[in-house]
Amino acid sequence: MNIQLTVNGKAQEKEVDARLLLVHFLRDDLGLTGTKIGCDTSQCGACVVSMDGKTIKSCTCLAVQANGSDITTIEGVAPDGVLDPVQEAFWDNHGLQCGYCTAGMIITTVELLKKNPNPSDDEVREGLKGNICRCTGYQNIVKSVQAAAKVNRS
Amino acid sequence: MTTRIFGSGIRRREDPRLITGGATYTDDVQLPGMLYAAMLRSPHAHAKINSIDITSAVGARGVVAVYTGADIEGVLNGIPCAWVPPGADLVAVTHPAIAKDVVRYQGDAVAVVVAEDRYQAEDALELINVDYEILPSVTNPEAAMKPGAPQLHEDAPNNQAFHWVSEGGDTEAAFSAADVIVKDTIIQQRLIPNAMEPRSAVATWTKATGELTLWSTSQNPHICRFLASLVTGLGEHKIRVIATEVGGGFGSKIPVYADEMITSFCSMQLGRPVKWTATRSEGFQSTIHGRDHVEYVEMAATQEGKITGVRSKIYAGMGAYLSTAGPGVPTILHGLIYCGPYDIGATKADVYGVFSNATPTDAYRGAGRPEATFLIERLVDLLAVELGTDPAELRRKNLIPKFEEGHDVISGLTYDSGDYEPLMDMVLGHADYSALRQEQAQMRENGHYMGIGVTCYNEICGLGPSQVAGAVGFGGGLWESAIVRFHPTGKVHVYSGISPHGQGEETTFAQIVSDELGVDVDDVTITHGDTSNTPMGWGTYGSRTTSVGAGAMVIAARKIKEKARLLAAHLLEAAESDVEYRDGQFSVKGSPDQSKSIQEMATMANVAWNLPEGMEPGLEASAFYDPPNFVYPFGTHLAVVDVDKDNGHIVVRRYIAGDDCGPQINPMIVEGQVHGGVVQGIGQALWEHAIYDDNGQLVTGSMTDYALPRAHLLPNIESLSTVTPSPHNPLGVKGVGETGSIASTVTVYNAVIDALRPLGVTRIDMPLTPEKVWQAIRQGHGS
Repeated sequence: MNIQLTVNGKAQEKEVDARLLLVHFLRDDLGLTGTKIGCDTSQCGACVVSMDGKTIKSCTCLAVQANGSDITTIEGVAPDGVLDPVQEAFWDNHGLQCGYCTAGMIITTVELLKKNPNPSDDEVREGLKGNICRCTGYQNIVKSVQAAAKVNRS
Repeated sequence: MTTRIFGSGIRRREDPRLITGGATYTDDVQLPGMLYAAMLRSPHAHAKINSIDITSAVGARGVVAVYTGADIEGVLNGIPCAWVPPGADLVAVTHPAIAKDVVRYQGDAVAVVVAEDRYQAEDALELINVDYEILPSVTNPEAAMKPGAPQLHEDAPNNQAFHWVSEGGDTEAAFSAADVIVKDTIIQQRLIPNAMEPRSAVATWTKATGELTLWSTSQNPHICRFLASLVTGLGEHKIRVIATEVGGGFGSKIPVYADEMITSFCSMQLGRPVKWTATRSEGFQSTIHGRDHVEYVEMAATQEGKITGVRSKIYAGMGAYLSTAGPGVPTILHGLIYCGPYDIGATKADVYGVFSNATPTDAYRGAGRPEATFLIERLVDLLAVELGTDPAELRRKNLIPKFEEGHDVISGLTYDSGDYEPLMDMVLGHADYSALRQEQAQMRENGHYMGIGVTCYNEICGLGPSQVAGAVGFGGGLWESAIVRFHPTGKVHVYSGISPHGQGEETTFAQIVSDELGVDVDDVTITHGDTSNTPMGWGTYGSRTTSVGAGAMVIAARKIKEKARLLAAHLLEAAESDVEYRDGQFSVKGSPDQSKSIQEMATMANVAWNLPEGMEPGLEASAFYDPPNFVYPFGTHLAVVDVDKDNGHIVVRRYIAGDDCGPQINPMIVEGQVHGGVVQGIGQALWEHAIYDDNGQLVTGSMTDYALPRAHLLPNIESLSTVTPSPHNPLGVKGVGETGSIASTVTVYNAVIDALRPLGVTRIDMPLTPEKVWQAIRQGHGS
């Protein structure tokens, strides 16, 4: 099937199998390997991307469902090379260790802060419960999100 | 004086690539002409394979090849076990990479399909017909040793893989003479490590040179190469293993697995690159599990509360085959630390390693030491109840007093340094322990149940002296090496055989080398993870990366510094003995204006225009560091929990981790390691459990069913520390990667049981799910 979509600001048009998962389309067809596959069951959030401004789990979305949409992956969060405050905050606050969950965490955080620019720690933790990190125990991720929120508000 | 960067919580240099999607993990590797492999795995726990029909699969769209156990016979040797504890009559059963006649656990590979893309490979799996004859199965390690249990291996009667006994002192006498004996039965439930990156392999065979390159999600690429050589029959000099970015391991990426070897075999057969990546559910079945002990444990003590003995009888599940380091975990890494931080007169570990129809077990964060710490600390709490004393004070009474130069314990180890009580005081003070006890008493009066768990631990890590490795049956050395090289412009490149995968040692190593050589930290690059451009090393596990790996770097850097000093003396036309080094500068004693920087010396050594007679050009050194002892981090942890007696729901209200890992190179990273370890340990106490049903089916076979810790379920962890240097490594550092998971499981467990004591609850099998807690409360009331 033919799909047309925008990925990180760039128009794409491809022939894809109807069953191709969006995450495989991004990784294998477009070479955008920053989006990760962690669980295949929509549990871990490593594959989260932004579709038309809303986060989705790209391991449970077909590429054809993304037809006509505007997708942002981790590679598109800082397109001009200047880190987004969320990326900067994760770096400053040791919000990652192995880095495998990080793309999903950052994309999720960007949306979380758009919806709630001044969240409590509990609201941050609630907002991240669909993203699993096995390394950090989440504490420094929460700290990172709060630091980014503060920068965004200033 | 320039500022040392040791001790500074600088941002990690790893992060820019990780926060922008710019890192390359194994599954991100794309090679021209690459094929994809998918494994057909046994759906049964135990079955005979009568026949396999691959005809339809071979003809399917995109399929290039299908291989079964018959195809690898005589080509791939069995997957080896590399840790054989001595004196344990260990049965080294053959572990074929692809099962041919019998499958022994759900997930055992029976065939591999190689196709042009992932989807085609997966499709073709469904076209393979395997005629299984289902056999009886057993997954519980204690049940597997009972008469009449299904037998896994002909050469391992009663499913006994080994029997290891280690006794220090006279435990029989200690228990005979005891005023008090407390006992417990502990189930260390099976856990699934679940590094976020699933295992993956990319193999490419270059026929013209006879060389195999294998990208592998490994914590130890040099061990992977070593064992891959044994399996494939290729010389190590013909194998290159690359552990590129690795997304967490927690022990699960130490072993060399069948899958990576099968992927290599496929590439060698087909002459094309082949990639295999586990799906998560596949990983649940085929990546090692952790723990899985059934333990009968007891502690002897005097009426005054002096602990005099600890002993155990343990059935340790090995799974269907012996994984790479599996047998070392419930033995050497477990039974030798039964003293913990206490002076105990006699200890005995009596451990049966048992085959069962389950996924093989191996090291999982803490590996043997969380289990040991759990049983000691559980028994101490039971003893406190028995004696009617405060559990924290009972611990204090038994702590080994401060020592700086080694302390022998009866289990056979020599602890390197320890000063336990100040850290305990710090934690109890920070928590306001006595106020917590008062609050607990008041809450109980109002029908609310809060509990406090206090744990003291002392663990063994920084593995370790190679001589000891040999003596305890580890199939390799445990030293590390490093090459430190100055480029002509004064920039420094460090090559290490160790292989961090999330711990941030590119940063901490750079901090160390920067200090040693007096160069800016940004002038130092750390390279690791590729056997073709790094010196031999034994890998990242057992909290050994910094204490052992950095030890080699420091020694190499010091060699370089001395060479540069001699060159500086030559160029300054000064006597060698008159030239001294300080902060990257060599100067003549008494004439500080006459000086040369180490980076200038790098240029001069590399161009070699004017060297002292006999000096070789270049400025680099390699060093090998074999530590004289392990290191022994220690600490006190404290948890406060609230338990809802009506529904069994547990809230961890506070968690305080007091850890002493010696001097901290990067405190930010140390704290991050503590957080992660503590949370993994809490996961074991409260949520995680790999459950098999009666037919050996893994019920918790995906992240939907296996409960991992999530953000909204956890408190902030309050970290405290003291600094007691290890006397025997160049930096005085100890490991911190596992302390959290070693201490936190029992700390939270003890807190929950402490909460429920007035309700008559004395034990609950982990994980402490609301349902189990609720049941225990009901039973505690005699209902």
